[in-house]
Amino acid sequence: MDPIHQFEIKTLFPIAHIGGVEIAFTNSALYMLIGLLVILLLMLGATGPRALVPGRLQAVAEISYEFVAGTLRSSAGTEGMKFFPLVFSLFMFILVLNVIGIIPYTFTVTSHIIITVSLAALVFFTVIIYGFWKNGLHFFKLFVPSGVPGYILPLVTFIEIMSFLSRPVSHSVRLFANMLAGHITLKVFGGFVTMLGALGFLGWLGAVLPLGLTVALTALELLVAFLQAYVFAILTCIYLNDAIHPGH
Amino acid sequence: MDPQAAKMIGAGIACIGMGGAGVGVGTIFGHYLAAALRNPSAAQGQFGNLIFGFAVTEALGIFSLLIALLLLFAL
Repeated sequence: MDPIHQFEIKTLFPIAHIGGVEIAFTNSALYMLIGLLVILLLMLGATGPRALVPGRLQAVAEISYEFVAGTLRSSAGTEGMKFFPLVFSLFMFILVLNVIGIIPYTFTVTSHIIITVSLAALVFFTVIIYGFWKNGLHFFKLFVPSGVPGYILPLVTFIEIMSFLSRPVSHSVRLFANMLAGHITLKVFGGFVTMLGALGFLGWLGAVLPLGLTVALTALELLVAFLQAYVFAILTCIYLNDAIHPGH
Repeated sequence: MDPQAAKMIGAGIACIGMGGAGVGVGTIFGHYLAAALRNPSAAQGQFGNLIFGFAVTEALGIFSLLIALLLLFAL
């Protein structure tokens, strides 16, 4: 009962060898495709009828659209709405993959740091490139807050630059570590059930307690899965706001 | 000392940092709840700020958990 075993990446079928590096279709890639398929079916199925009074499926799509649009509008303003496709894709991708990962015997794509770092780097470089493209050198005002006395300005600027550079680290590690820690906890409590169950009848009575806790923790994980997708989206909005309005 | 034992002890010590994050997250939610009970109509508007503060605080606890996991499984 190794709690880390569930995060193992397995090769389903190899595709190519390029310079000694094996390129293969893995279970991670498979679950990403499944996630995309779920989002695609949800959105196509929801927007197909286009009823004036939405049905259940259409209401799901409309609520998620309004939710992300409201978050983006309140933190980055109406100018930020041009980034709506990016934020909505990130939110739906992370949410669906997190929720799929809770189902037993599935694979959690977002519990691998390489995936979350890729997503966070996408946001980070979007902010830098768009910030310089839109504001030019005024983008550096982000690091120099106005109204700070001159003698501590170098220190404040240094701190601002360091906090800006540590953003992709915390942005990616937060999602990765939350999913990793949650799934390890579930596995450890599941391990308690099997360990107690092996003891015989009295063990079964004792195993009821960790089993109930596992159910409760799964409910908590569902909340965390949604919350982390929302946190990723709202931080993306706040970082994009810096690129659009760099002055403090 | 056996390096394996030292790793285990180090991972345990690293997890103490999560207590600080627990205090911080509790402070954030407690103050939000206290303020929301004083002025319930303004509570909904501050939900985004609540989640942002929660995320930034929680990240620090997650970092110490990450150090513990690195010590146990990666290094």
